[in-house]
Amino acid sequence: MHVTVKAFAHLRDRFGIDETGVELDPQACVQDAWRAATGEDAMPKHVFAAVNLEYAQPGDRLHEGDEVAFFPPVTGG
Amino acid sequence: MAVELRASPFDPWRELAAAPGGEAPAGGFGATCAFVGTMRDFNEGAAVERMFLEHYPGMTERQLAAIVDETRSAHGLLDARVIHRVGSIEPGEAIVLVAVWSAHRREAFDGCRALMEALKHRAPFWKRESGAGGDRWVERNTPG
Repeated sequence: MHVTVKAFAHLRDRFGIDETGVELDPQACVQDAWRAATGEDAMPKHVFAAVNLEYAQPGDRLHEGDEVAFFPPVTGG
Repeated sequence: MAVELRASPFDPWRELAAAPGGEAPAGGFGATCAFVGTMRDFNEGAAVERMFLEHYPGMTERQLAAIVDETRSAHGLLDARVIHRVGSIEPGEAIVLVAVWSAHRREAFDGCRALMEALKHRAPFWKRESGAGGDRWVERNTPG
């Protein structure tokens, strides 16, 4: 299935991903999107994920057309 | 609007003066509490010349709206409002305004603090500071 991966802040700088499409197995989860987009095996603890604009966990299942985002701890305010 | 992102400088005090009761019913609120975060020219031992505030269009607004709703319910607020800058910011400019209204002071003080803390921990914003040493992504919040 096809999902869109976005990365923000220093993760975007580090992996050179602004927005990219990845192909995953139908049973894929957030962590699989990380692997496909970055080439790294495990999501580091300090990397957060969102699916379709809501916070998500590495083990959350993905669906066709999902937008997955990866980003560092937030620092607004 | 309960949540606004602004790409250019804003005056938080003019915003409050323009809507001193928010959307709270006139005569219904006894307490107003406001917090303003301002960009400093110094952080973690280094001078900062300017800052870029990145956000995630769509998710940032959604999370802020959820934070406002949750805080209003949890603290019995009559109204709550957030204005937050995005993009390039200069020292001395306001970064964020959080304002809440309630019948009495306890809910206002507690709700304003809770909203600000939730924003700091959940709202998708990332600060990149620029100074003599180049650009640097801020990695963590200062303790609340």
